[in-house]
Amino acid sequence: MTLAGLAASVPQHGTNAINELLAGVKPDFVPVWVVPLTAIGIAIGITLAFVSVIAMFGTWLERKVAGHIQCRYGPMRVGWHGWLQPIADGVKLLLKEDMVPLGADRVLYVLAPAIVLASVLAAMAAYPLAPGFFFADIDLGIFFILAMTSTTTIGVVMAGWSSNSKWSLYGAMREAAQVVAYEIPLGISLLVPIMVAGSFNLLEVSRGQTGLWGMSWYVWPWVNPFMLPAFVLFFIAILAETKRAPFDLPEAESELVAGFMTEYSGIRWSFFFMEEYAAMFLYSVVGAFFFFGGFESPLTHFAAKFAGDGSVLYQVAAGGTLIVKGFAGVFLMMWLRWTLPRVRIDQVMTLGYKYLTPLALVCVLGAGLWEVFLAPHLPWRQYLP
Amino acid sequence: MVESKTVESKTVETRVDPHGPAQKNEREFMLDVRTQDLEVNMGPQHPATHGVMRILVRADGEICTGAQPHLGYLHRCAEKIGENVEWLQYLPYTDRYDYLAAMNNNLGYSMAVEKLMGIEIPRRALMIRTLCAELNRIGSHLIAFGTYGLDIGAFTPFLYMFREREWMMALFEKICGARLTYSYIRIGGVFNDAPPGWLSEVERFCDTFEEKWQEYVDLLMVNHIFVQRTANIGVISKAMALDFGLTGPMLRASGVDWDLRRDMPYELYAEIWKSGCFAIPLGTGERGTLGDCWDRSYVRVMEMIESIKIVRWCLGAIEPGPVIADIPKTLRVPTGEAYVGIENPRGELGHYVVSDGGKIAIRCRVRGPSFTNLAVLEELMPGVLIADTIAIIGSTDIVVGETDR
Repeated sequence: MTLAGLAASVPQHGTNAINELLAGVKPDFVPVWVVPLTAIGIAIGITLAFVSVIAMFGTWLERKVAGHIQCRYGPMRVGWHGWLQPIADGVKLLLKEDMVPLGADRVLYVLAPAIVLASVLAAMAAYPLAPGFFFADIDLGIFFILAMTSTTTIGVVMAGWSSNSKWSLYGAMREAAQVVAYEIPLGISLLVPIMVAGSFNLLEVSRGQTGLWGMSWYVWPWVNPFMLPAFVLFFIAILAETKRAPFDLPEAESELVAGFMTEYSGIRWSFFFMEEYAAMFLYSVVGAFFFFGGFESPLTHFAAKFAGDGSVLYQVAAGGTLIVKGFAGVFLMMWLRWTLPRVRIDQVMTLGYKYLTPLALVCVLGAGLWEVFLAPHLPWRQYLP
Repeated sequence: MVESKTVESKTVETRVDPHGPAQKNEREFMLDVRTQDLEVNMGPQHPATHGVMRILVRADGEICTGAQPHLGYLHRCAEKIGENVEWLQYLPYTDRYDYLAAMNNNLGYSMAVEKLMGIEIPRRALMIRTLCAELNRIGSHLIAFGTYGLDIGAFTPFLYMFREREWMMALFEKICGARLTYSYIRIGGVFNDAPPGWLSEVERFCDTFEEKWQEYVDLLMVNHIFVQRTANIGVISKAMALDFGLTGPMLRASGVDWDLRRDMPYELYAEIWKSGCFAIPLGTGERGTLGDCWDRSYVRVMEMIESIKIVRWCLGAIEPGPVIADIPKTLRVPTGEAYVGIENPRGELGHYVVSDGGKIAIRCRVRGPSFTNLAVLEELMPGVLIADTIAIIGSTDIVVGETDR
């Protein structure tokens, strides 16, 4: 698909709920072009707020999960079980002195966290909050998300290069090598569910898994036996993509002090963390869409059945289901982080290039053969998504 | 076989002088590309240097081509102080060099002075001393293994080990009032008898610890990533270990069967060894090469369980009686010199004291195991990856307070 074609595909599915809502209440004296602009502004605001809330909840959850895994409580003082801790931290970080290290490339140094956060915000635009409430229903939605999230690397390399610190440089180089190595298995392993679903569009993929009271997910082995291995590969790859343990080499606290973030402090430093948690959530959501039914769950199914497809109840149930699934993935990543030691850079590369990539290719081949030759003749064909 | 492997790994990547003549196959490449090694200061404030030590690492990308430890950031003139304060007054300073095994340090110094004075220590005091020293060895190895996990990237086992160490420190707090710097083992015995119920609590600690110890083994020691990160890394051959004068777990991990508790027995260790209740764990090369980082951790982990056995032996044999010999408040130590080496958790801790018959030592010299063990770093580092340098530093288990004293 050409770039022009891609651009043309965006407005086809209508813009978004906000646009329609605004168009309905627009007074006559307001010019027409104000409506989409306002809608865009509101959409950006909602996305920003959503990312912030996700990141804040993510940091809180991480500390609680870490605490409980390590036989302690985690934050307990600020609010009930420390639920206000992220806000307290945010205020602290905002009030910290804005420092740029001596000899740093000032422009890049300041720009890097912004790029990192902007890339994940852009990717979040393709995240549908609910089946009927989304900002950009892109036909190649998953391509857009993968492309945007991998832009993060540019910011990280900029941060590492501009900090004028050798540890930062190490972290940046590791990040670049790691992300390049793991983009490949990530993309390839996603091809398996894409082949089964026959679509790159998140909403359509979700719609394809509505059977069996909302439990007809692609991951089940009777749909395609290569789906589960593909999910395992996908999960390992997203761990590496989001720099989570055991692949947290770009940060590698005990080796590189704090990796590419070594020289950052205050609110700029927190941008990296917002990105990390938002990306974790976003990748988990992608996993939920392509393997675990997306919006679909028994809850969504019954909400649709009793309240109707267009009802607010259904939208809330579907959006809530997705968020729960997303955080289930995030929880799994946290659990791994607080359990496993870190692998070494050569092991990361070996795993990525020598094992994950070939295995992902095998999965694609196997899944393709299954879909073409076996799937049409399966006795349980009618129950498949 | 093992030796040749080490030598090989040293000559291939390692001793290449980056500024020297290029290798033959590199020459064409080197003609138009100017490369330069990166010099990185690992420390003095680095999470993995276990204190304030600086290691100047020369690196070619991710590969370390040379390393030089710089010491002295924590130098506190401990030995010189020993020559300026009275015999008993120096005891608290011994706590502070290897602060993770303060009981053992107390024991070493006390034994050196006792050797000069030729005093008889009551049997109950000997029991309590051995018990405390072994408990402290467990605590020290818990830190060593826990922080090693931290170096490798596993955060949680570290806190699990601190949980048990906390109990150990609570036990010491009950017996002497301090949690880290005990000064409990005194010249002539111990400061105070164990409070009522203390010994049975130690027994309960032993029971719990054996259970938890299995958890550490399952969680970290045989963890696949941990094994991958530590096996075949930083291999110290038998000959190399002896050449560098390594002691303690570092030496035993290389397969040298040498433990002062058995080979130069002090306190009650001759008796305990004869009873056959404990063994000396040696490196096996089970997961990689003999004398690699994994073996060093393995020896420490196994030593913990052996220490538990010694503690149990002491608990079974302890009898009521006095806990300190009758010594005057101000010691006047007879003229002479004495050297006593004891098996510290990190190796041989030697105290050499010289007296001219006065109230103050005229020479007080400490042979710290960390300091000697550290020397091997420079030899091990070249040719490994940056991440491995951390694994190697961690596996030497140095306490900077002791290297610098």
